[in-house]
Amino acid sequence: MADAPVSSSLATAQAEDAPLYAPRKQIYPQAVKGRFRTIKWVVLAITLGIYYLLPFIRWDRGPNAPDQAILVDLANGRFYFFFIEIWPQEVYYFTGLLVLAALALFLMNAVAGRVWCGYLCPQTVWTDLFYAVERWIEGDRRERMRHDKEKLTLKVAAQKGLKHFIWLMIAWWTGGAWVLYFADAPTLVYELATFQAPMLAYIWIGILTFTTYTLAGFMREQVCTYMCPWPRIQAALTDEYALNVTYRYDRGEPRGSMKKNEALKFQGLPAGDCIDCNQCVNVCPTGVDIRKGLQLDCIQCGLCIDACNTVMEKIDRPLNLIAYDTDMNVKARMEGRPEVRRIVRPRTIFYAAIIAIVGAIMIGSLAMRQTVYLSVMHDRNPLFVRLSDGSIRNGFTIRVANKNLDERSYILAVDGLPGAKLDIVGGEIDQQGRAVVKVGPDQTLEARVLVSSQGSNVASSTDIHFTLTDPNSGDSTRMSDYFKAP
Amino acid sequence: MAHEKHEKVDAVTGVATTGHSWDDIEELNNPLPRWWLWTFYLCIVWAIAYCIAYPAWPLVSSYTKGALGWHSRDAVEVELAALKDQRSGMTAKLAASSLEEIKQDPEMFAFARAQGKAAFGDNCAPCHGAGGGGAKGYPNLNDDDWLWGGSLEQVHHTIQFGVRSTNDQGHSGTMPAFGRDGMLKREEISQVADYVRSLSGLPTEKGVDLAAGAKVFADNCAACHGDKGQGMLELGAPNLSDQIWLFGSDKATIVEGLMIGRGSVMPAWHGRLDDTTIKALTLYVHSLGGDQNR
Repeated sequence: MADAPVSSSLATAQAEDAPLYAPRKQIYPQAVKGRFRTIKWVVLAITLGIYYLLPFIRWDRGPNAPDQAILVDLANGRFYFFFIEIWPQEVYYFTGLLVLAALALFLMNAVAGRVWCGYLCPQTVWTDLFYAVERWIEGDRRERMRHDKEKLTLKVAAQKGLKHFIWLMIAWWTGGAWVLYFADAPTLVYELATFQAPMLAYIWIGILTFTTYTLAGFMREQVCTYMCPWPRIQAALTDEYALNVTYRYDRGEPRGSMKKNEALKFQGLPAGDCIDCNQCVNVCPTGVDIRKGLQLDCIQCGLCIDACNTVMEKIDRPLNLIAYDTDMNVKARMEGRPEVRRIVRPRTIFYAAIIAIVGAIMIGSLAMRQTVYLSVMHDRNPLFVRLSDGSIRNGFTIRVANKNLDERSYILAVDGLPGAKLDIVGGEIDQQGRAVVKVGPDQTLEARVLVSSQGSNVASSTDIHFTLTDPNSGDSTRMSDYFKAP
Repeated sequence: MAHEKHEKVDAVTGVATTGHSWDDIEELNNPLPRWWLWTFYLCIVWAIAYCIAYPAWPLVSSYTKGALGWHSRDAVEVELAALKDQRSGMTAKLAASSLEEIKQDPEMFAFARAQGKAAFGDNCAPCHGAGGGGAKGYPNLNDDDWLWGGSLEQVHHTIQFGVRSTNDQGHSGTMPAFGRDGMLKREEISQVADYVRSLSGLPTEKGVDLAAGAKVFADNCAACHGDKGQGMLELGAPNLSDQIWLFGSDKATIVEGLMIGRGSVMPAWHGRLDDTTIKALTLYVHSLGGDQNR
């Protein structure tokens, strides 16, 4: 390591009068243009657009249900996502989504490193937006550095004030959009504007304004380096085939100024393409030097690629001195071996396959989801009751969930116990002796079901089954239980 | 820093180590980020403020009360009041409706059953069992045999005023101690006990004089238990011809009842529980399935 001696002298100083903390080095990323910058702008626009506008999309579900496409209805315990409605007991769909998200993250990582960190992570997106505002108002890197070094003038103070104001506005909107996912968006916007919204909405907007303003305005890359566990996790998940933003030192070294390297070349000595212009470092939002290799702080946003390519173009050298590549290939080129590029390999196939399986299971279970749900619970105490005529009766508590958006009458039947008589508290018995349970739209109903044997001669335990049928749709669900006797 | 000065520097990173070594792996002594340190200090300040504001330190026989005067008991009371307030609409509806009206309204009925179930667990379960399954001498509330009647009104009355309770409106009527008080001879008791078993088809002892037992029954028992042992609701006299036995159906138990009498007590709940809770209890107990008029 080139800088090891410097660090060790610092360390000696630390041992004597070590500071309690290391102050953050302010980073002033420079503006950059290029392919990856464009991709980042597009991703930023799409992700923020989705986040801010999604709550306003309408989705007609008919009466008895909200018409907001995405709504987390905490008060009624429902989650609406376009044509899907999730009940609290189906929260495993979220678990499935989280599993899918984790696997997608692993797959991204196996293909092209920290794609999530560099382009998609909210921390990156909002920090990028905040930097854009900062650059727009205060000027680019040099100007901002000068402002911070020089005495504060009225103009700079005004600029900084304006910057913080715009930051706070963005942060406020971030919190504002958040609460819209939890209530009817247009109504809530009106209530917020007229100061009639519930206190909780203002509190959450306040919290998210604070976190956005702090995390994107001040904490920035420190969130990635110190707070986020993903850099550590992904370091353990990666392999030598994963593409990463890589400085191709096989081509770049030995680095040196244009003049010096031209002179070296003239003498027939080795000279690299890196002219040590530091542009890659200047544009980096986390302040790292990519030429030191793969490192924890690097979020792999690709901006150094853009910066370097701009320079390479100007000095008329081949592009992509920094590029998505692997260290393995850099070494291969140095040793004259052929490059290996393998995106399809056991690791990626495995992740893709698991994603496909989990996705298929989720889609399958969503598609086969019943609109009626029955749970049956046998009385714990007493297990059975002897009636005055000697017959035995068991009590069950049932809960029927009607996931339709209109009222339904379900028919409950019991089989497995010959001659069994069914009675229900909280429902009715129709002419055929079947129990009828009427459940309101999008609601559940608890009822008590009494099953009596014919006569006193019953086995101590008999398997019985309850079948709940919706005569309108033909949907039915079946639950097993037991009939207990002395 | 407090730890002793040492010169060890990690060769790879060039950072000084703390000198703590585990299997020759040494801990780097990197400085903390400033924000971390400030968060740490802030937590200390917060902890001190918390100790002053809230109850925190145990003393010999008491504890520090805290400047804000917060008390977990008060918090519970506030929540209970809020709960009562939240339920007040439904409670008022229950209070204003008759038992039959509540039973016909699914929403009120569900609410009453839930409230009744909770009240049953708190007040009735010690004798009648958690699910109303009863025990020896304590009636099973799930079956269809009711000593004092199983209709909504009858159950309501029994819960309100009790059985052989201190309340004037409570049910009264006891099984006399025929043996102890010398009303029946030992032999007669044995005969009538066998006769009673025969009423519900239970086997009797060999060579027993059932006719004599029937005579004893007609003279002494039928007044309350009826000619055929079918029981009498007004006196709480059990039906002796069915399959349900409050104390037990074996001869020894029946003889015991005849010797020392029976007279279990149920307290009157009127005045102990509010009227709405008693209504809810009535509907819950009735919903256990024992209504003989169903």
